[in-house]
This record gives sequence, C-alpha cells and structure tokens, in this order.
Amino acid sequence: MNEKRKIRVATCSLAGCFGCHMSLLDIDEKLFDLLGVIEFDRTPFTDIKHCGPCDIGIVEGGVSNAENVHVLKEFRENCKVLVAIGACAITGGVPALRNNIDLWDCFQEVYLYEGGLEGNQIPNDPELPLPFDKVYPIYEVVKVDYFLPGCPPSADTIWKFLTDLIEGREPKLDYEMLHYD
Amino acid sequence: MEPHEFPHIEQQLAPVFERHGCEANQLLKILREVQEIFHFIPPAAITCVASHLGVPRTQVEGVAGFYFFLSLKSVGEYRLLFSNNVTDQMQGNPELMQYFCHKLWLESGKVSEDNLLSVDSTSCTGMCDQGPAALINGWPLTNLDRDRLDMIAALIHDKKPVCDWPSMLFEVKDNIRRAGTLLGEPFEPGAAIRATLDRGSAATLMEMEASGLRGRGGAGFSVARKWSLCRASPGDHHYIVCNADEGEPGTFKDRVLLNSYADLVCEGMTVGARIIGATQGFLYLRGEYRYLLKKLEEVLARRRVAGLLGKNILGETGFDFDIEIHLGAGSYICGEESALIESLEGKRGRPRNRPPFPVTHGYLDQPTVVDNVETLACAARIAIQGGEWFAAIGTTQSTGSKILSIAGDCARPGIYEYPFGIALHEILDDCGAEDPYAVQVSGPSGILVPSKEFGRRISFEDLPTAGAFTVFKRGRDILQIVQNFARFFAHESCGFCTPCRVGTQLQKKIVDKITHGHGTVYDLEELKHVGHIMQSMSHCGLGHTAANPVLDMLEKFPDAYEHKLKNFAFEPVFDLDGALETARKITGRDDAWAHLS
Ligand SMILES: Cc1cc2nc3c(=O)[nH]c(=O)nc-3n(C[C@H](O)[C@H](O)[C@H](O)COP(=O)(O)O)c2cc1C
Ligand code: SF4
Ligand code: SF4
Ligand code: FES
Repeated sequence: MNEKRKIRVATCSLAGCFGCHMSLLDIDEKLFDLLGVIEFDRTPFTDIKHCGPCDIGIVEGGVSNAENVHVLKEFRENCKVLVAIGACAITGGVPALRNNIDLWDCFQEVYLYEGGLEGNQIPNDPELPLPFDKVYPIYEVVKVDYFLPGCPPSADTIWKFLTDLIEGREPKLDYEMLHYD
Repeated sequence: MEPHEFPHIEQQLAPVFERHGCEANQLLKILREVQEIFHFIPPAAITCVASHLGVPRTQVEGVAGFYFFLSLKSVGEYRLLFSNNVTDQMQGNPELMQYFCHKLWLESGKVSEDNLLSVDSTSCTGMCDQGPAALINGWPLTNLDRDRLDMIAALIHDKKPVCDWPSMLFEVKDNIRRAGTLLGEPFEPGAAIRATLDRGSAATLMEMEASGLRGRGGAGFSVARKWSLCRASPGDHHYIVCNADEGEPGTFKDRVLLNSYADLVCEGMTVGARIIGATQGFLYLRGEYRYLLKKLEEVLARRRVAGLLGKNILGETGFDFDIEIHLGAGSYICGEESALIESLEGKRGRPRNRPPFPVTHGYLDQPTVVDNVETLACAARIAIQGGEWFAAIGTTQSTGSKILSIAGDCARPGIYEYPFGIALHEILDDCGAEDPYAVQVSGPSGILVPSKEFGRRISFEDLPTAGAFTVFKRGRDILQIVQNFARFFAHESCGFCTPCRVGTQLQKKIVDKITHGHGTVYDLEELKHVGHIMQSMSHCGLGHTAANPVLDMLEKFPDAYEHKLKNFAFEPVFDLDGALETARKITGRDDAWAHLS
C-alpha cells in the first residue's frame, strides 16, 4: 500500500433525526473499506467538537436555530465539498412541519399551557440555541455542492455517492437509487 | 375554528343538482354554484357533492382546491381581488389595495372578523387598458381610484348586493383604436355558414388551406391542418372548442371580440363544426369574463331563433350544432388546450400527456378542435371572402392580421389590428408610447424586447404573439417587472411536474433575493441553471416559457440587476438575524448567542 493521504470527512446533524447517519452506518462491513480511504474529522462518531479543514462535509438536517447556522458555516468554511444529505437538509423535511405553526403559539403550547420542567415559563437561558421563525433548507444559508435525496437515502446510495466522490468521479446515481415508490 | 354548520345542505344544493345532473363531469359547474351560495365550499358541501356524483371526496376537494375562484375557507360575503398584473401595478394597484385595507382594518388574504369581506390579489383580469382593475365577487371593476374605493367601502358597509351597485363602477370599454379587415368590415350573421354550405365542406377546408391561417392563441398551428386531422379522426362524436380563457397577462383582445363580435366568433365555430363534423361546441370563458356570460347567452339564443344554431341549421337537413358556454374559475393553465379539456370535463386543469393530441383524443377522448377566439373569427371571414383574399394580407408565413392588446406606458392603450409584419416602432408611434424603453411582446411567456430591437416585426417569422403588447418607458425598473412575472408563474404553475412546480418557486425566491439586495453572481448562475431545466424538462408550455422573462433580463438588461448584486459568492436567502427576532421577543433574550451577523 502506498502512502496515499486519507480523505478527511466531517458529518453533522442539524435539525434532523440521525436517520441519515444511521443509514450511513448501514453500509455495514463496507465501513471497513471506507475507513481504509477516509478518516473522520468532526462527526457524532468521533465526538470531535469542531470541524477542521476537510475534503468532504456531510450535513444532515435543516436549519432550525442559531446554533445550526454556526455549525453549518463552520462546515462550509472548512469543507471543500459540502453535501446536503436527506430530505431535512434539502428541504427542511419533517422538522419544517412546524413552519405552518406560529412560533409564539408553539412556545405557549409547550411551555405555558402544558407546564414545562421549570414550571410555567418560557426558557431563556443563553446556552439554549435560539430557534428561527421557521426551519430552512441548508442551501438557503450556505452554498451546497451536492444534494443526496431520500429520507434517508439508502445505504447503497450513500456508498455509491461517497465512493464516486472519493475516487474523484462526478457522482452518478441510477434512477433505482433515487426513486422511492 | 369557524362554527360553520350546514344542517340543510342537502335541500340547499338540491336545485343545483337538479340543474346539472349527477355526471362527474359537471363537478366544476356544481362547485362554482356552491361557491356562489356559501362564498366558499364548506366541508359539508364537499361530502354532499361527492356522494351525489358518486366520486371520492378527495376528488371534489382536489378540484375545489385547484381553482383560485373556488375556496375551501370562507372568503366573506364580499371578496375584492385586486389585479396584480404589471400594468395594474404601474397604475398603482398595490397602493390602492393598501389604502383599502388600511381604511377597513383588513389584512390582505384574511377575512374580516365579521366574515363580511376579504381582500386579496389575483392574476391579470384583462382590463389592462382601463386599470387599475379588480374583481368584486367575480365582477370586474375598472378605473379604480381612492374615491371609487371609498364608495365601494360604503356599499359593502351597507351590505348592498353587488348587483345593485352603481353601473359606472363596472363600465368596460372596447377601446378599439385601429380596426383592420377583421374588426373593421361589416358582417352579416349567417353569411359565413351560408358560404360554407354553398361551397361545401371540403372546398371550404381548401380555402382555409389557401388562406394560410395559423392559430392566434400562441402556438401558430395551421388551422386547415388541425381541422383536417380532426375531420379524419374516427370517433362517436367530434367537438369544437373556442378557447376564451385569455389568461396571458396583458391580453384582452378576446374580451373585445366576445363583447362586440360574438356572432363572428360563433360563426367561425359553426363553420369549423360543419367541416369536422361536430354537433356540440363549447366556449370556455375565463371566470374573469363571466360578466359577458349573459350577453353571450343572448347571442346564442338569438342565433338559435335565426336558425344559425340548433337543428337543421339554415334549413340544411342533418346540420345540427349548438354551443354551450363553460365558465372557468381563475386558472391560467386552463388556457392550455389539454388542461382546458380536463377542466371542461369537470376536473383539475392538469395538462395531459401528448400525444395523443386533442384532434384525435380530446373532450371525452373524442376528436376535438381547440381554437382561439380570434382564430375562429378569422375563419369566419375566410369562409366568406376566401383564402386568397386573406393570404394577400400580412407576410408569407404569417397571413392576415393580428389584434394586439396594447397597454402600459402609452397615451392610447386599447385594441389595435395590424397586418402581420408591422414593426414595433410603428406600433409604438401609433399608441403614443412615451420614451419607450422595452416592450413585453405576448405577455410574460413571450419576449421582452429592448429598444434597440424596436425594428423587429410582429410575425411568426420574427416576433410571434398571442396579442399582449405591454409598453415600458425609460426609468421603469425591469427587475421589478420580471419579479412580477416570476410571481405570476409561481402562482399559476399547476404543480403537476417538478421542474415547473419547484423551478417557478426557486425563480421567484432568487429574483426576490436580488431585488432585496442580497443577490450574488452565484444566484445569476443558479437562475440560468434553473431556467434551463424548466425549459427542457417541464411537462407543458407553461413550464417551458416560465423562465423567459428572467432569461431575457439576464441576457438583455444587465443594467437592471448588476448594481443590486453583492460581489461575494454566496449570500443567505433570508435575513438570518431577522429570522431570530420572533424568538428573541418571546424569550426576552438579547445576548450574543441570540444574534447572528
Ligand atoms: C400555459 C398556456 C396558456 C395558454 N392560454 C391560452 C389562452 O388563454 N387562450 C388561447 O387561445 N390559447 C392559449 N394557449 C394555447 C393553447 O394551448 C392552444 O394552443 C390554442 O388554444 C390553440 O388555438 P389556436 O390554434 O387557434 O391558437 C395556452 C397555452 C399554454 C401552454
Ligand atoms: S431526511 Fe429523514 S432520515 Fe434524514 S434526518 Fe431527515 S427525517 Fe431523519
Ligand atoms: S409545466 Fe407547470 S403548468 Fe405545466 S404541467 Fe408542469 S407544473 Fe403544470
Ligand atoms: S410525491 Fe411529493 S414530490 Fe413527489
């Protein structure tokens, strides 16, 4: 084996359910092949908290709060290629269902009427990420290079996409990998 | 939330079912009436209509949700819809709408608390030469200003029924400024039919061929070809449809033809019916023109009495033909011929897969000809005066004349008929255009022509048009105009295919972004990319042309947007910090983490 530099990959989940990450893990034993050519930077697998310079950044989930923006911008600044994975990152997906509900109604319902953990009050700790009025797709906040659709995309789709990208080919997905009916 | 109970819905709808029967293809007609009775389509009515027609509830809801003039939520006893066409916009409709809303404490798009009234905007109502215009419960209001709105506010306050409002509010003028062979010469009802009967159908079809007449609705397909294809198609019944949907913003010539030349149009249909062998015709009248319905019904009745419609027309045994008027309900896509046929069948106006084309599989899957109002009027003239006479007017590939609907920045907006081949600068002189800078030829789906190209000519060879001719003087903001068009398409996309449904939304968003000063070079590339996908991948003509205004601007009007661009490569689509404001208010936070730069 010659000493080829490993491709550095970071992943994160913003407003998502980790389903897309689970699907990535579903490539099963191929993970070993993958780890032969890549190394992980910040990901939920490594628990590295901040992203350093990377080749590929994979983002799951949409943008729902201020913290999501910080993470997303950090990814954009550090990753040569940024990939939106799954319906949530691409369109807002399931979390964007809240877009039809007024934020104030939402807060009242959760914290005032039902009685939250701290009694009837709206949490205002600066440590808590402040939510946006709506959930946004990530391409509205940063430039995105690739969109990998699905909820989640299948393990095979992710594998094909990543191997194409890693081997320097323009990723190409057959119809079979993109249709869900 | 609204406590709408309708315990007597069955009894209330009984007369409607009585009138229209229980065929599923009557659905749209029935829903139009339901809307008139309740000012919306209540859930109880959906259930009732569904069970009466024996169709799934979702189908009824699907149709009710598709058409803009039908609503699933209450829109109040009075619904005032301001036309948001670009000419109405230039004439001050947005300000008038704001004035009216302010005055009555209304928010556009929402119903007043007493459920009396709602205000919203709607696509071009075809009154561009006498705007600002609006619709009140479907009836057109013209020449709006603050005084008239004050008057309207008082009438609504007094709950006066719209039919009792002063007629001056509803005055619609023809404004024919230049008449040619089609509009200018006298016409005696029956003459075209008589000539057709004398000459025979095959020979009349030859005259159509010799005339070189091409469709006036936009695509310019040969009329003789369409008619002979339909004539040759086997089927239990043949149909002829007059396309009076006239939805392209800025077009209003069919309104004038139907108002003052209805006999000519009906006659064209009857001649066509004779040639293709149809016994039934439909006139698909856009919902915005329903004020013409009564008058048109009277014309049809008069023609029946005169033996020009009905059984044994002009004494010719077996020549039976009649025309039924079908009202649209506020949908631009229903002007596309296959969507129009779907709508005639009582369904959502979704364009069909083609082929098969309507000439073989149209209304109820039978051979059907769909022709524009003006095309049919031309056909009637040709039946009388012959193909050669017609072919002598215009240019080689564009014979005859074309009626233009001129509006915008000019002293004399209205209807102008010219022989094909007329140059833009001549037209601009005639209509008194002040310092013209650009002309939108054939509406948003057409071509935006800059002043250095004013030597170009109206014709299928150079600048084809369905009739709209909108003038913009120097100083008009082209970006704002294109934004108006982008919004129009995003609103009117039928949503069936992804390239158009998503593409029109992306276009609208990006153009809005540029208008708000957040655009970058990246966004321009994105617009081109999206436009290319729409043009090449869309299912129908709407999607194919919906990128035209944006692409025309990018190519021919760089001054319109360049100064608005930020020079870095990417800008978020929305104001990040602004989108946190609601949550800041709710939580009372103002710390550093509660802000984004
Ligand atoms: C989105 C769209 C809207 C259209 N609207 C109209 C219309 O309002 N009136 C019309 O005559 N043709 C309209 N057309 C064209 C019709 O599909 C069809 O070509 C025309 O009615 C044929 O008649 P003609 O051959 O007499 O022009 C539209 C087409 C598209 C794609
Ligand atoms: S796309 Fe689906 S699987 Fe992926 S984060 Fe969203 S909800 Fe979860
Ligand atoms: S192109 Fe647009 S209007 Fe035509 S079918 Fe597709 S979504 Fe509907
Ligand atoms: S089913 Fe929703 S986009 Fe295809």
